[in-house]
Amino acid sequence: MADIPLTQVRADYMAMTHRKRLYSGILLAVFVALMASGFVLADDRNAGGFWSGLHRIFDFPAEVLSEAAQKLPDLPAHIVKYAPSLIETINIAGASTLIGALFAMVLSMLATKGMARWPRLIPLFRRAMDITRAMPEIVVALVLIFVLGGGPVPAMIAIAFHTTGALGKLFSEVNENASLKPIEGLHSVGASWLQRMMLGVVPQVAPNYLSYALLRFEINIRASAILGFVGAGGIGYDLKNAMSWGKGQYDEAAAIFLLLFGTIVIVDQLSSVLRDRLTYGTRLEATL
Amino acid sequence: MLTIQNLTKAFGANKAVDNVSLHFDRPMMIGVIGASGAGKSTLLRMLNRLETETSGTITFEGREISALKGGDKRRWQADCAMIFQQFNLVPRMDVVSNVLHGTLNRRSTIATMFNLYPQADIHRAIDILDRLGIAAHAAKRAEALSGGQQQRVAIARAVMQNPKIVLADEPIASLDPMNAQIVMDDLRRIHDEDGRMVIANLHTLDTARRYCDRVIGMRAGRVVFDGTPAQLTTGVARDIYGADASFSEAATSTSIDTLDRPTQAKRAERA
Repeated sequence: MADIPLTQVRADYMAMTHRKRLYSGILLAVFVALMASGFVLADDRNAGGFWSGLHRIFDFPAEVLSEAAQKLPDLPAHIVKYAPSLIETINIAGASTLIGALFAMVLSMLATKGMARWPRLIPLFRRAMDITRAMPEIVVALVLIFVLGGGPVPAMIAIAFHTTGALGKLFSEVNENASLKPIEGLHSVGASWLQRMMLGVVPQVAPNYLSYALLRFEINIRASAILGFVGAGGIGYDLKNAMSWGKGQYDEAAAIFLLLFGTIVIVDQLSSVLRDRLTYGTRLEATL
Repeated sequence: MLTIQNLTKAFGANKAVDNVSLHFDRPMMIGVIGASGAGKSTLLRMLNRLETETSGTITFEGREISALKGGDKRRWQADCAMIFQQFNLVPRMDVVSNVLHGTLNRRSTIATMFNLYPQADIHRAIDILDRLGIAAHAAKRAEALSGGQQQRVAIARAVMQNPKIVLADEPIASLDPMNAQIVMDDLRRIHDEDGRMVIANLHTLDTARRYCDRVIGMRAGRVVFDGTPAQLTTGVARDIYGADASFSEAATSTSIDTLDRPTQAKRAERA
């Protein structure tokens, strides 16, 4: 170990450092060059032009805001008027998150090494999650609306479908970080697969599951609002109407934006409180 | 030199450190012993300002450490190196980079973000590693090293800081006896050769006796013993740990010397 002379160690390390610095320098130069040339190319192809259109980005929000400011007294009435459709939207998001998370939980455990019930079928369950994740909600929703007719049910199924894949991927990453030792312990007492998963894995991963599921709930509220644009009901449908009727309805659009913003803020606050309590709870147990 | 006055740290209703006053007039090697939860770690963490005290003051060379904020506080932290039980290195970075982290307070944020350090610093880091006998691992990732080697990298990082005080929070608690001895020898050398003050939290009494000039015993946040290693008798140790007459430090000692002691004790019992 001490055979290598110090000067040799110094020289070797300096050579390595110089090589690393050279690589990072080249990488940085290539990155800057690509960004610059890509921007120029894209700007040339652009019909309007980036610089000529830049100042107009804020025109639409300014129009909406100024009209909403003029009709400020109407705002509370609009908020009350759209509250029921907001609840419908949240319901779609909540139901789809719950159903999606349940499927995701089972799929993720079946697709994690060391936990899987059938280790050979891991690739199959992985691909199944990939497929559900690859399909955008809006595609599934359009097909289902065509088959089942418009309404909240096809929207819920569409979002749950996508949620299964998206959460399944995140859950299986959580599973990979879970310790396999408790599972081995439960195996040694003769527990079944479902018992091992529910009693050995779930207590370890529950806080992370919950935090991902709450994030997904937030995303799903937005997704279900967007699905309203294609006829799935909820607040998205009202937003589409308010926006497409143009001037004169912008105060309603502003009220709907406010409702959506408030909902996201509330869900975010709620989820951080819940997560805090979960981690704080485990800390409390550990010290007792 | 270093004065701690009426230092208290409360976590809710629970006082981790309770009205501790200590004075050190010259650089020494100091061992702090006590049961888990006695407040040893909290005391060290307050000295480094990783933790803020509830009340009381820490003064070093006439400067009130406990009142420092922002940049001044970070400069103090650079002067007051900390060594952790679990090494607290960046596992995916190479050994020399980890040692160079000791200079972060002196260098600009932008340069260090791109891992750019002056050549003189890099050479010094390798020299320090060589002094601790691990220069051969310079280019390896920290995570590829054994626990004992990682702790020596952590010591190298501390020395790189060129600190006035080195705090070691149970530096050998997760090491085997052989590596524990190497690490303790290194800490002693930092004191003997560089004249730095070393304060180490220790779990094993024989280590405290062998390596330290002064031993401080803590129990439930209070200092219950402050004296020379020679004064640290088994009776005093029982007081510190709140143990009864069945307590024998040889039973769990990690010192290789004590290997033959338990059998002697058993023989004595039989007689």
